[in-house]
Amino acid sequence: MTEGLLTGLVVFVLASFVGFEVINKVPPTLHTPLMSGANAISGIAVVGALLIAGAQEWNVTTILGLIAVVLATVNVVGGFLVTDRMLQMFKKKETTT
Amino acid sequence: MSNNLLTVAYIAASALFILSLGGLSNQETARRGNMFGIAGMAIAFVATALSTQVTGYTTLVAAIVPGAIIGSILAARVAMTSMPELVAILHSFVGLAAVLVGFANYLQPESGLVGAEATIHEIEIYIGIFIGAVTFTGSIIAFGKLSAMIGSKPLMLPARHLLNISMLVATFVFGWQFMTVENGLQPLLIMTGIACVLGVHLVMAIGGADMPVVISMLNSYSGWAAAAAGFMLSNDVLIITGALVGSSGAILSYIMCAAMNRSFISVILGGFGEGSSKKAASGEKKSYGEATTTTVEETVELLNDAKSVVIVPGYGMAVAQAQHMVSDVTKILRKRGKEVRFGIHPVAGRMPGHMNVLLAEANVPYDIVLEMDEINDDLSNTDVVLVVGANDTVNPSALDDPDSPIAGMPVMEVWNAQNVVVMKRSLGIGYAGVDNPLFYNDNTLMLLGDAKTNVSAVLNELSASEKKELVAA
Repeated sequence: MTEGLLTGLVVFVLASFVGFEVINKVPPTLHTPLMSGANAISGIAVVGALLIAGAQEWNVTTILGLIAVVLATVNVVGGFLVTDRMLQMFKKKETTT
Repeated sequence: MSNNLLTVAYIAASALFILSLGGLSNQETARRGNMFGIAGMAIAFVATALSTQVTGYTTLVAAIVPGAIIGSILAARVAMTSMPELVAILHSFVGLAAVLVGFANYLQPESGLVGAEATIHEIEIYIGIFIGAVTFTGSIIAFGKLSAMIGSKPLMLPARHLLNISMLVATFVFGWQFMTVENGLQPLLIMTGIACVLGVHLVMAIGGADMPVVISMLNSYSGWAAAAAGFMLSNDVLIITGALVGSSGAILSYIMCAAMNRSFISVILGGFGEGSSKKAASGEKKSYGEATTTTVEETVELLNDAKSVVIVPGYGMAVAQAQHMVSDVTKILRKRGKEVRFGIHPVAGRMPGHMNVLLAEANVPYDIVLEMDEINDDLSNTDVVLVVGANDTVNPSALDDPDSPIAGMPVMEVWNAQNVVVMKRSLGIGYAGVDNPLFYNDNTLMLLGDAKTNVSAVLNELSASEKKELVAA
């Protein structure tokens, strides 16, 4: 009965460790792009919002879900684009020097 | 799309997110990392949209299209100096989305859960909304502080620790009520209100100098909020991604705290300004002598005579939007065969890595931008250090005055150089509210005034003297 929660917790803890390991040695130059990239990824909440807003009938739930979809989409699209914009600037440097 | 296929898609998305963060932490692979992130998001998004639970496509499109448009406009328009604000406001969106998902989940009529499962589900919703709400209002306040709509001074309420603790206690009490009462909406709403106030209060209490920590902390929270939403919906991709982002934000916060030699707890509890204002009051009796002011002409002369120059930028450069002119000055000096480098303090600016992005934007070659540890030992062999809008990060009292509020914080040891020119608006104290003995050193010259005006005057003077040299030759 509580298996779902336990699996979730296992996944959660393992993923946290993966996060620590993966990020551990990031150079300061990349702190800002990393953060905005991570921010875009945390827009994954859009998946949750979609699941809730996806039902065809209209009720409070769907409306709340739809607002969440809008917010999370702004986050995903804005986050990835701005990260790319920043990384492009770093890229430009490498080619000119 | 069948559930099995959905699971496969989610696994693929999660793997791509891990690759994405891994890629983003290395210069060569950063852009590829971002692409992995986009691919992962696209897969997760399409798979979810095709799942059996999602049918109302017209309304969804009506929500996604404006969201995407707003996002693209924000991303295309934002000035690099305003990156911290953008990131802060985006964090608040994740927080609010998590709150909305939580409420929608609670209000969903037929969950079909009974007994222990229903209890667990309610706890997940409660925690998810709590984290989401704290993230939401905390990020809004951070945004306000960064965009100078709210003063950057920490708000020091009397008994603020007690206030925080009682808000936490109240959260637990309402949580218990939420679990036991038939209609839990009311305690849930009250808790949301409390969490919102808590978020406001937590960030209000943190001073401007600690902003890099706050931003990374909120980044971390927004991850945990997404993970909590994942628990609510029993959705693994949300849990994995949330945990990834949460832990990466936590690491960044830790790095920032280490760079200031402060514990995470002391930053969170706020109060950086309080102790220091007392110190500043008593410090006034301490006389450092007179600061020597200088002119643009003198500065240019120093630069002309120098063989090696190190530029130490701070938030003042960002505020004055002076990075392009600083870059032009660098170009001229380098063209004349002088060694010009940049020294970046880890917490310079208002978010981690802020200065690096600004200098990259202004086309400063990547290999002359050095970290504090890389350049500190070299500073004694440097002829001129140009400090542009930095203060606390070049404060010697961090090393030699144990009473200083910033005691123990590693700083750029610019005073070891032959000459230091500090460009600053006034002799006033920095964000940390600490007086800076550097300004009164014999080898320190103060070039007071707006950073942009001064740098552009230096630039004009430099290019003028360049022409003179050409004529003479």
